[in-house]
Amino acid sequence: MADSPAPTADLPFRILPALTDLNREFWTAGTRGELRFLRCNACGYYNHPPTAVCPVCHSKDLAPSTVSGRATLHTYTINHQAWMPGPELPYVIGIVDIPEQADLRLTTNIVNCAHDDLVIGMPMRVTFEIHADGEDVIAIPLFEPDRTSA
Amino acid sequence: MSTFIEKQTVISGAGQSDIGRRLFRDPLELTLDACLAAIADAGLTTKDIDGVATYPGPMSIPPGFSGAGVVDVQDALRLELGWWSGGIEAPGQLGSVINACLAVAAGLATHVLCFRSVYEGSAQGTKGRASTMPGSGGGGSFRASGFMEWTLPFAAPSAAPWIALMAQRHFHEFGTTREQLGQIPLNARKNAALNPKAIYTDPMTMDDYLNVRMVSTPLSLYDCDVPCDGATAVIVSHVDTVADLAKPPIHVEAVGTALRGRPSWDQFDDLTTMANRDASAQLWGRTDLTPADVDLAEMYDGFSFIALTWLEAMGFCGHGEAGPFLEGGTNIARDSGVLPLNTHGGQLSAGRLHGYGFLHEACTQLWGEGGPRQVAGDPEVGVACAGGGPLAGALLLTTHR
Ligand SMILES: [Zn+2]
Repeated sequence: MADSPAPTADLPFRILPALTDLNREFWTAGTRGELRFLRCNACGYYNHPPTAVCPVCHSKDLAPSTVSGRATLHTYTINHQAWMPGPELPYVIGIVDIPEQADLRLTTNIVNCAHDDLVIGMPMRVTFEIHADGEDVIAIPLFEPDRTSA
Repeated sequence: MSTFIEKQTVISGAGQSDIGRRLFRDPLELTLDACLAAIADAGLTTKDIDGVATYPGPMSIPPGFSGAGVVDVQDALRLELGWWSGGIEAPGQLGSVINACLAVAAGLATHVLCFRSVYEGSAQGTKGRASTMPGSGGGGSFRASGFMEWTLPFAAPSAAPWIALMAQRHFHEFGTTREQLGQIPLNARKNAALNPKAIYTDPMTMDDYLNVRMVSTPLSLYDCDVPCDGATAVIVSHVDTVADLAKPPIHVEAVGTALRGRPSWDQFDDLTTMANRDASAQLWGRTDLTPADVDLAEMYDGFSFIALTWLEAMGFCGHGEAGPFLEGGTNIARDSGVLPLNTHGGQLSAGRLHGYGFLHEACTQLWGEGGPRQVAGDPEVGVACAGGGPLAGALLLTTHR
């Protein structure tokens, strides 16, 4: 891996994922600015959350594959409840559709968007929040309005 | 339709412990109170009980989520069992009751004691639900795995935002409004006022609903159920035993247990519905009855929006049409003559008995034992539906076969 970028400034507290051989690329490729999903080399299916066997063709030949980082907002909620330490309240939880595959979705946080401007269907793009924890440098994929795609 | 084996089973008795916001009572004691009440209600003794089923079985986390497991009850009552089952992997909380129906029809047991026991009110104490969230200690060492891997890093640890995301999508696709959704908690509160065991009974107005604090838009505090302490039990018996029973049996006409979409809160194929879509369709495929035959519906409202999706899934209105169906609240009112809903107050106002409260209330109404909250007109057909998201189990119940 190339030199890791410095952790994002003014980080909110986040519970980080436990890294495994299957999910490591998803959670760390953002340190290089890439959004990657485990993809089946046999049939092309993006397999998320990642598992060792392709759910479509049952091939075990899967490898991380980089997508465009673009998305559309499938739905969102403005969370006002302090469930746990985290981003400043209220914060936006969203589900985005990844255009590379019809059923590929992510739960994420929507950032850099005024709450009044949130519209289901709006174009989004990925942005990463970099956290260092022990040996691991983890890039949390967040989404912001894609103002370039209009 | 006679080949579907759940039709060989009946609900023969039901019982409930004391219920309260925080009782600070021994959870096994509450469980046994409910179990013994149900056994007596059926006119049976512990010697007759040869099966036990529960959801979710023993669990220490989240706090208060499970008051007892099968073996706790078996030993406490010295039961001799031909069949038993407890576990969280099931078609919703009532999946355990459906398992009992199948075991009875299969001849593994004749009278199965089914129970669900919670003490979340006491266990959460004054710290509230946030205290139960993973990582709420704020330490840096905890790492998320499993399904939580995909939600915790985004500060979405609770079903409240997960369900809110679905509700917002429903609002977007179908024009559903908070005023329409709010009829579910308003109706629940109205019914709870007639239920002596309900937690919240103060009148609630639409203004109260619209002005209470937001939890996760579009869901407010009053869209979320209230943790409590209490236990519920029912007895599933073989239809051949009805002559020995104390009460007229409630027949299990059909059940639904299907899970056809992805078992996930965010990857399910259509976020405007839930696993209840498929469980409900399956149920209606196992009976000659139709939604028009149903006199009352007791539907899981851990969040108000879940009940909305059950209304659509069970065919009381079309997919996407629950908003207009709920408009004004008259269709779901006790005296509506259309579809009295959650006649005990649901989990929103009567307390989060977690699924079993709905079955208990459906039986109470079908036995005509509702007292001040009894639905008029001698209801004969009811549904009890439990679970949200990827969890869904439903029973269609009748007083006659
Ligand atoms: Zn494949």
